Amino acid sequence: MATKFSDAFSPGPTPTFEQSARESLSDSQLRRNLGKATQTIRHKRTVAVEEMPDWEDLREAGRALKERVVRHLDEYLLQLEEAVKRAGGQVHWARDAEEANGIITQIVKDQGSDEVVKVKSIATDETKLNEYLQREGIHAFETDLAELIIQLAGETSSHILVPAIHKNRAEIQKLFARELGVRDLSDKPSDLTEAARQYLREKFLKARVGISGANFAVAETGTVCVVESEGNGRMCTTLPPVLVTLMGIEKVIPAWRDFEVFMQLLPRSSTAERMNPYTSFWTGVSNDDGPREFHLVLMDNGRTDVLADEIGRQTLNCIRCSACLNVCPVYERTGGHAYNSVYPGPIGAILTPQLVGIGDPGPDSLPYASSLCGACYQVCPVKINIPEVLVHLRGKVVRHKQDRGGPRGKLDPENVAMQTVAKVFSDPELYERAQKFARVGQWPLVRGGSIGRLPGRLAGWTAVRDLKPVPRQSFREWWKENRGAG
Amino acid sequence: MRAALFITCFNDTLFPETGRATVEVLERLGVEVDFPLAQTCCGQMHFNTGYQREAIPLVRRFVEVFDGYDAVVAPSGSCVSMVRELYPMAAELAGDPRLAEKVVELGPRVFELSEFLVRKLGVTDVGAYYPHRVTYHPTCHSLRMLKVGDAPLELLRNVRGIDLVELSEAEECCGFGGTFAVKNADTSAAMLSDKLRHVLDTGAEVCTAGDNSCLMHIGGGLGRLRTGVGAVHLAEILAIQSGERR
Repeated sequence: MATKFSDAFSPGPTPTFEQSARESLSDSQLRRNLGKATQTIRHKRTVAVEEMPDWEDLREAGRALKERVVRHLDEYLLQLEEAVKRAGGQVHWARDAEEANGIITQIVKDQGSDEVVKVKSIATDETKLNEYLQREGIHAFETDLAELIIQLAGETSSHILVPAIHKNRAEIQKLFARELGVRDLSDKPSDLTEAARQYLREKFLKARVGISGANFAVAETGTVCVVESEGNGRMCTTLPPVLVTLMGIEKVIPAWRDFEVFMQLLPRSSTAERMNPYTSFWTGVSNDDGPREFHLVLMDNGRTDVLADEIGRQTLNCIRCSACLNVCPVYERTGGHAYNSVYPGPIGAILTPQLVGIGDPGPDSLPYASSLCGACYQVCPVKINIPEVLVHLRGKVVRHKQDRGGPRGKLDPENVAMQTVAKVFSDPELYERAQKFARVGQWPLVRGGSIGRLPGRLAGWTAVRDLKPVPRQSFREWWKENRGAG
Repeated sequence: MRAALFITCFNDTLFPETGRATVEVLERLGVEVDFPLAQTCCGQMHFNTGYQREAIPLVRRFVEVFDGYDAVVAPSGSCVSMVRELYPMAAELAGDPRLAEKVVELGPRVFELSEFLVRKLGVTDVGAYYPHRVTYHPTCHSLRMLKVGDAPLELLRNVRGIDLVELSEAEECCGFGGTFAVKNADTSAAMLSDKLRHVLDTGAEVCTAGDNSCLMHIGGGLGRLRTGVGAVHLAEILAIQSGERR
């Protein structure tokens, strides 16, 4: 299964977060666009959440529901399959991205179609469905405004909910004028939206197949739900005669009544709205309305591996609201592309390495893309303890390096330093000697009462900060001198 | 009341003045301070960087050293949050149910300095005098893991002569994050630059916090830019009394 993810995420070795972050941190336009956008949305979220007196109870309810889903995933999925079939839909099971893409492509080909319209879907980003379809001679039109922008620009999404968050309207105006051939286009949001609308209307009416993701699917009734803001999703799921939904297996929820919890948690956490403008529900097919054929593709693609990890499995609680991205001080500065994954930000830092597995330098660097400040955990509507999972995954990364990295893993300078320091800390006498040694050993580095440049891997510290030298007397020496031997 | 001081390896080695100030404040309030010399490090750096097997002996050491005390006080929110919030995970990883039991039992008796003073002793005025313009940065682990809330601010508001000014975007991380500051030095620096901007905007002479690790990062940046603004641990502000010269 080594090739399982070569198509799901970036092909070949991906750069590390540090490498990519360095680039995006010096992009002033990106810093400005992102800083403004995340600050605005997180302040709005705070207001939207504070008006809910039972917010903490809702979070707990959301967490408990998701935990139950994850614990009984097998049962709920079979229940869902049966309910969808009963309502006239077809259900397909996909072990990985390759299988999911293959199933969807076949459905499109069966229609004799070479065009599809798409609702914004991260699951299809994960499988790189558009590229796959393209290779099969099928063009996928993204119909979400931000996804369209990204597609026209030939870029990848940088945010779960607002894929083009890194772009401002002037950049979008230039892009539309060039790609859609609109003359005299202003950079007013309403004009930009109108240009996209004119372009997309025709696609909606022509397409024979619509493709969506799913926010939720109800095991009890077989109802699939998509939550959106623009109405393009409603068009994609109702106009074309065939509808295909790709969903990760963890998106199932037990019962219809559970929407009471999730519909309060999701819009407030994601767009800071009391309710989002369009929420579409469909149950199989009906005779006189909407698509005549409905296919639900249930995809694993690494999720059962996540499920097998007792600490990591809470990651599957995620309802893709993106509140963690908007509050993350790291994401705010580096942007989503630095994560080199369709799942950026704090949730991406824990989900990606679990989906692709430990042992690849790119994804392995993601659990370290956090100062462990905990802001993400505080806002998560389903209470995923992201810092806990980050620390847990760091442990897995290190143990993988130590146990399976051969001599190179063992001789890694960080590993050697950490082993040495651990030995020093395990023996108070050795520790006291090390304190004295540091005091003496630092002299070549001290200039004018401070250390301005550290060697090797520690140079990152002194690149922007001075360091105070080790003082003449440690606390314990003072204590022994002034308070006796304790 | 008797309490053990958990100085933390970081303060012991690099910021002994914070330790001395902590002892001074506690003794002034009538606490009998004990300093077990067998203590070294709580293991946070190893644990949070992923060297978790290496942290387990340090967890055992901490539990052995501090087991017999009713109260353990540390001038560091971060190290206390390691003990209280992450030791159970370490014990689980060690596969040692006895250790797990012990850490759960010891956890609630380990306090960060400000919560010990305000919540345990019920003191908000420690008789300090600090005639300077000061801004307070709530460190992430004190704020979100320990939930010390306003305890440090309550203590600061009662300091005589102080001109306490509010820091904007105070709850945003300064970018230290332990080994994050070195492993992701560029991102850490970007976060630091915003924190410094907010500190400088207050016009304060001193930025204070309950953690010398964050303060070393903030102070290191303030120093490198020759801003003339200092970074001083909360304990040191609380230790100074009227007319005293330190």
